[in-house]
Amino acid sequence: MSIDPVVLALITVIGAATPLLFAALGELVAEKSGVLNLGVEGMMLVGAVAAFATAVATGSSTLAILAAAAAGGLMALLFGLLTLSLLTSQVATGLALTIFGIGLSALAGAPYVGTPLTRLARLDLPGLSDLPVVGPLLFSHDILVYLAVAMVPAIAWFLNRSRAGLILRAVGDSHDAAHAIGYSVIRIRYLAVAFGGVMAGLGGAYLSLAYTPMWIEQMTAGRGWIALALVVFAAWRPLRVLIGAYLFGGVTILQLHVQGGAVIDIPSQYLSMLPYIATIVVLTLMSSGAARRRLQAPACLGRPFHPTA
Amino acid sequence: MGVASTSRLILSGITKRFPGCLANDAVDLEVKPGEIHALLGENGAGKSTLVKIIYGVLAADEGKIRWEGQPVTIRDPNAARKLGIGMVFQHFSLFEALTVLENIALGLPDERDLGALAARIDEVAAAYGLPLDLDRDVHDLSVGERQRIEILRCLLQNPKLLIMDEPTSVLTPQEAQTLFETLRRLAAEGCSILYISHKLDEIRALCECATVLRQGKVVASCDPREETAASLAGMMIGTELARPSPRAVPKPGDVRLEVEGLSLLSPEPFGVDLVDIGFSLRSGEILGIAGVAGNGQVELQEALSGEVPIDNAEAIRIDGRPAGDKGPLWRRAQGLAFLPEERLGHGAVPGMSLTENALLSGFGPKQLIGVAGTIRNGSTQAFATGVIERFDVRTSGTEAEARSLSGGNLQKFIIGREIEQSPNVLVAAQPTWGVDAGAAARIHQALFDLAESGAAVLVISQDLDELLAITDRLAVLHLGHLSEAFPTADATAEQIGLLMAGSGRTATGVDLATKQPVS
Amino acid sequence: MIALVPREEPSATWSYLAPVFAVLATVVAGFLLFAIMGYDPLETLYHFFISPLTSRYGIAELVVKATPLVLIGVGLSIGFRAGVWNIGAEGQLTLGALFGGGLAIWLHESESLLLLPAMLMMGILGGALWAAIPAFLKTRFNVNEILTSLMLTYVATLLLSALVHGPWRDPDGFNFPESRLFPDAGTMPILLDATRLHLGALLAVVAVGAAWFMLSKTLLGFQVKVVGAAPRAARFAGFSEKRMVWFCMLLAGGLAGLAGLGEVAGPIGQLVPEISPGYGFTAIIVAFLGRLHPVGVLFAGLLMALSYLGGENAQIAVGLPTAATGVFQGMLLFFVLAADLFVRYRIAFGAPGKATA
Repeated sequence: MSIDPVVLALITVIGAATPLLFAALGELVAEKSGVLNLGVEGMMLVGAVAAFATAVATGSSTLAILAAAAAGGLMALLFGLLTLSLLTSQVATGLALTIFGIGLSALAGAPYVGTPLTRLARLDLPGLSDLPVVGPLLFSHDILVYLAVAMVPAIAWFLNRSRAGLILRAVGDSHDAAHAIGYSVIRIRYLAVAFGGVMAGLGGAYLSLAYTPMWIEQMTAGRGWIALALVVFAAWRPLRVLIGAYLFGGVTILQLHVQGGAVIDIPSQYLSMLPYIATIVVLTLMSSGAARRRLQAPACLGRPFHPTA
Repeated sequence: MGVASTSRLILSGITKRFPGCLANDAVDLEVKPGEIHALLGENGAGKSTLVKIIYGVLAADEGKIRWEGQPVTIRDPNAARKLGIGMVFQHFSLFEALTVLENIALGLPDERDLGALAARIDEVAAAYGLPLDLDRDVHDLSVGERQRIEILRCLLQNPKLLIMDEPTSVLTPQEAQTLFETLRRLAAEGCSILYISHKLDEIRALCECATVLRQGKVVASCDPREETAASLAGMMIGTELARPSPRAVPKPGDVRLEVEGLSLLSPEPFGVDLVDIGFSLRSGEILGIAGVAGNGQVELQEALSGEVPIDNAEAIRIDGRPAGDKGPLWRRAQGLAFLPEERLGHGAVPGMSLTENALLSGFGPKQLIGVAGTIRNGSTQAFATGVIERFDVRTSGTEAEARSLSGGNLQKFIIGREIEQSPNVLVAAQPTWGVDAGAAARIHQALFDLAESGAAVLVISQDLDELLAITDRLAVLHLGHLSEAFPTADATAEQIGLLMAGSGRTATGVDLATKQPVS
Repeated sequence: MIALVPREEPSATWSYLAPVFAVLATVVAGFLLFAIMGYDPLETLYHFFISPLTSRYGIAELVVKATPLVLIGVGLSIGFRAGVWNIGAEGQLTLGALFGGGLAIWLHESESLLLLPAMLMMGILGGALWAAIPAFLKTRFNVNEILTSLMLTYVATLLLSALVHGPWRDPDGFNFPESRLFPDAGTMPILLDATRLHLGALLAVVAVGAAWFMLSKTLLGFQVKVVGAAPRAARFAGFSEKRMVWFCMLLAGGLAGLAGLGEVAGPIGQLVPEISPGYGFTAIIVAFLGRLHPVGVLFAGLLMALSYLGGENAQIAVGLPTAATGVFQGMLLFFVLAADLFVRYRIAFGAPGKATA
């Protein structure tokens, strides 16, 4: 069966977007509770290496995915311990988490460099997957792609429709008011941060199990940071995270295709800069609408909370 | 036992310590069903600490609480609400980015169905005359409307005790009257009300019983209806209130600060825009600007201090020189001094020493900078010492951090720092907010002396009593519009209340209610 | 029940003890880590922390590695004090190396004494220009400088790679992605015979001294501190926040650029695709470990240089993966941040509320 090259390109866009989608959705939930975790890159890397090592050791992709989620969550809890319980600076601690995650994943991944791995299996849906165009495009992906997309409405529902989501938003809007009414600000933030870590871990797992099924040091290549920018781009709305992630996936793939197709004769490095430059441009466009945009950001974002202070 | 069984709440021997201060010292208090009970005291007397203990926000170090005869431990606000205690905070516990309905729902953990809740709210709101649009975001609401949310949130839980912390400090006199009606109706239905205030007139009008706190201790219990304002004040302060000597109406001098056609779109998302503000301020004069908080005071302060410069240079003139587009440094060089509303973090850097804080605004006018931008330590130290001595700032010395000072002492330091620079114009925002009576009197005297020496003084305050006591003329700020100024001596509280609620006209003859020119 | 009680004034004692505590805690954590990984912990720690310092050459190498860390750390610490979060020093370092190195490649036949000073200026200029981009975006469009400065690091690395793979490749270099070697006139003078200790070390010490003077003695330093500690008070005093963003970004960028130039005109001697093992990021740790104080940064820079040196040494001696260095650095930063808690709070045991007595 031959697949149209355009469809093939679109499939790769989905692949490039999935890790961003995971990481950005997780960070969105953490930020909605008022916590800015700049350690996404570190959590993704540790998730990626945990998934890879587990997959190599057990051969089970389910266990690999769970291991990545757990590893990302543990990293996030470490961040939570420092920022929420020990009241360290969220910015500095997030940077520390990334530096630590880069080192830890490189250390743990050292034996796996060059180890081959079978790609995470695609879930072919009988009948649907065989449809022309739509089949390969929509119905022939692995579990993580579907999970990432499914998380979009799930998180949107949670934040806007559920009581727990309302409390989470309230904590991010005014931790003092939430505390005065009697909500446990710290506990809610721990949960939100841990969720962010689990999602970042899953994003990492997608990279090392499916996108490029191997382990390379710093294989996230800044995706954790791009995910942070996506949350700003999306004005803290899940659906816009989805759109943003797929746009960025598109830029990444476009750049690869221009390189591969050698349509234009420019060194590959300049094309590789595109996602990063696009991030800067997008951030600039989003930030300059100043006052109106600021409404979207949780009011307590990045501010430490000490109940008796 | 007979008394205890009829009492709703009895506190005995409540003690609470904070680092460096004893906030509550063996406090006893009894509240009966259906009673409006005043808790009276100066700022810092320990009223807020005590009610936070009752509401479970703080834990007492010692002492017992009995609720309807039973000994209880109130571990957190949820426990308080389960008992039937509701509280309306002075600083509202509201979520700006959420809707009215969401805000109320957050305070009622057992309400799962927002639709049913909305119906109940409308019912209670109608019954008590507290109308609210449930789908609006809180940041769009006025202060009075925000207070209604807090009250509704409490009423929906059918409270047996409602604690109100300084509720009228954010209301116009007329809004306060409406609130009193609601409270009286509640009390008539058997709900006890613990009413915190330092406004003596309203306590005499509203409450049938009062407990007076001073420096954390209960110093008196009385029926306020049988007391005079002066006798209540005596209990609060311990001595007769030292009023600054009344001053003669000054002879009008030269115009020092002239504001004309000042308009400003607020840079903040929830700010108030200033519209065509105008007034003029003469040498030797004290002009007051009254108004309920959130009507553009912050924006006006920032425009006058230069922290937010405006495009129209001519809108603000200092001694005749256009200053609207200039920053704070330029204006200070022209002799404009500014006393911000917020002491810690705005008027002073909390973690820096008094010497460094003296440098903050004094480095230019007092010439504290030497060659190559180096700081002249000796002169700076001497300047700080001088302020501390002349303004009676109680502190361990010039190396003490600003945050280690009490509110009154820090305020004296900041106002002293500005006055020692011999300004031509002083813009003072809330000069005695949260300051004890002694310091307040000292600060008012300093403002008088400054005006006497030929400077022009502008006082922006929400404390109407303060403005009536110290200003020569008054104007009222409402939704970013400023009324025309009138002599303070001719003003009545009712007239000012109407202006605060938005009826009246500006100096340029625009009707404040309709925003149309008056023929 | 354990409670955190805010101190009335920050503890002076703890502000000195905290970094020491953090280093000790890192050593203990390292001990456990090595043991878990199956290395003899004591031997590994010895190779990591002690044996690099047992020779004259080792000590000189320590200073060589500390030089860029201190230069960058000083610049970053001033920015962090003012609340300017420049974390793209790695990119600014790269651009400094590109600007200064580009000059050396262009004038590769020069013997002029002015070449090196010109390269130093170009290095500073390159780093400052790269830092000017986030500064402009921050002051003009209110764009978060953390993300922009970081994105520019990736761009800078790719730019360097493109140049050494392309137009700046050594024509006689057998197609290796390297530039030609810099001429002697464009190389940092060596300060100590038979080592790689170069002029940059002296410049780093000068930077420390100048930063100390600026912060403690001048109005400019006072402005930095006020803007960081209380932005509204800074506005009240008339200190421009935007000017401070520009100042801090350009200063840190310039110093990072100088550090990058020092690397390529010093130990490396040419442009290669990888000119820094992450000095720009490690300098963030250096800044915090030094408690954002210039003299503290000097000591912290030496300590972090030891972690690089020790990592290489332990790899040769016992086969420890070099990635262990990164783990060490990350842990150290965690402990530094956590230890800072004791400066502002004290731990009280017992029931809540009674703790304050």
